[in-house]
Amino acid sequence: MIQVEYVYWLVGAFLLVAAGMNARERHWPKAAFWLVLSSAFLLGDLVQLATAEGLRWPAQAMGLGVIALGVLAARGSLQTRASSEERHRETPAPVGNRLFAPALAIPLATLALVLVAPYLRWGDTPLLDGSHLTLVSLGLACVIALAYAQRTTRSNLSQSLAQGRRLLDTVGCVALLPMLLATLGSVFAATGVGDAIAAIVGAVIPTDSRIACLAAFALGMVLFTVIMGNAFAAFPVMMAGIGLPLLVLQHGAQPAVLGAIGMLTGYCGTLLTPMAANFNIVPAVLLELRDQYGVIRAQVPTALALLAVNFLLMGWLAFR
Amino acid sequence: MNYWPLLGVAVVVAGFVLKRNPLLVVVMAGLVSGLAAGMGVGDLLALIGNSFVSNRALLLFVLTLPVIGLLEHHGLRERAQDWIAGFRSMTLARLLISYLGLRQLLSMFGLIDLAGHAQTVRPLLAPMSEAAAAKDGEARDETTDERIRALAAATDNVGRFFGEDVFLAFGAVLLIQGFYERQGIHLEPLAIALWALPTAIAAFVIHAVRIVWFQRTLRRSSARERTRRGGTPPDPGAPERSQEGTP
Repeated sequence: MIQVEYVYWLVGAFLLVAAGMNARERHWPKAAFWLVLSSAFLLGDLVQLATAEGLRWPAQAMGLGVIALGVLAARGSLQTRASSEERHRETPAPVGNRLFAPALAIPLATLALVLVAPYLRWGDTPLLDGSHLTLVSLGLACVIALAYAQRTTRSNLSQSLAQGRRLLDTVGCVALLPMLLATLGSVFAATGVGDAIAAIVGAVIPTDSRIACLAAFALGMVLFTVIMGNAFAAFPVMMAGIGLPLLVLQHGAQPAVLGAIGMLTGYCGTLLTPMAANFNIVPAVLLELRDQYGVIRAQVPTALALLAVNFLLMGWLAFR
Repeated sequence: MNYWPLLGVAVVVAGFVLKRNPLLVVVMAGLVSGLAAGMGVGDLLALIGNSFVSNRALLLFVLTLPVIGLLEHHGLRERAQDWIAGFRSMTLARLLISYLGLRQLLSMFGLIDLAGHAQTVRPLLAPMSEAAAAKDGEARDETTDERIRALAAATDNVGRFFGEDVFLAFGAVLLIQGFYERQGIHLEPLAIALWALPTAIAAFVIHAVRIVWFQRTLRRSSARERTRRGGTPPDPGAPERSQEGTP
């Protein structure tokens, strides 16, 4: 059976290759960053096993590793400028519109594998791990698409790994932000941040009222996203504070609806805030606008109208 | 009730306002929140390590990088730009609305970084929008052009944000699923992704109406301008022609 751990090992191996390539070019901070990160993928299931058996030092070492990642990200300039000159140093033979096929193969193969997985069996065991079906399918689809892309462009594995590492270094440490924010969400939940916010909210709004709770949740998502510039960061806090205890557990909201539309309500906040610099400030610079808030101004009416729609949708769909 | 862990939230806010490195800010916030809650250092480190490992799924997207990197090296972006540039004879509204729809659809299939402010908006969508507005006979001055470019950037953002959540393996969906999983509520990613569809449709309708509205106000103001000047026809040829060679 193909388990999700195998996919994680694949990620770890790729990060290790990226670390090795950076080490060979003597980019030590970058090499160290990807090396530490790869250990979370190569040794992750061992850490979880050890924790399950009551052994704590592997998880603590990983915690130290996370702190090291933060320090490394703050010290070295990990992000490299993407230069099109470098990318096209040796101009490859034109491939034409066939290039689109491998790119589309990733999402399409993922979807296809998710749909046919229940029928893929070896005797009595399913071939794909059913509890993490989407992740396993995505990992497999990437392998399939890579083989397809290499055939289309007549390249080999070391060329694709070099190109993949170039992209990884271009994205830089920002790539890790969603994973770290999710970790912070778990820490907030475990240290009672959610409970504290829920207590404050409970003191301010009438928690017996479903509409008041929903309004506090929606506006809280927008407000937190505006402050932090990222709906991912706002989600665990508002969910642990209001969404889960008040809306799901007390008022019986459907978790899938509340999660999906709640996150998109946060996205309305992303349209409004200069904190989301890569979406709102960078393009204003790129497009040579004299008003650095020009893009935000163009987004305000859409964001507010959509916020109202999301509020109504949640009120309607989550409490059917 | 212990309110001290809220200091962690304050660290996040302060860190982002002061534009510190976001990774370091997030790590610091976790440490502050844990220590303020009275946790021991050993417990806190174990908690951070375990949470980090159990959120590994959020970095799965790096597996797409070798594929995308290889294809980009062989000119994927240029191909995509040529292809989109193939649609000519368009008004501003038609151009932006088709881009919005296309961007949403591509994002729904996880092709989020195929387009973007640097890749498509600056080299392609913004100049094409200005050209389409000029061809249509709308008034053109510096301020109007800037508003058109800003609207093009806004259209890219709206299309991206409200398409990507429908993609199964996108981080947001996995973040939602992971959150519930740890609270003992098991949900399939597909069940979450599908509930992003109503908002995706609403976003398309609202922004499309706003684009049409924007074009109408442009046309009205330019019509007023023309009658005041005594009916000089607009000169659409020059700015449009100059865009045609751009990939």
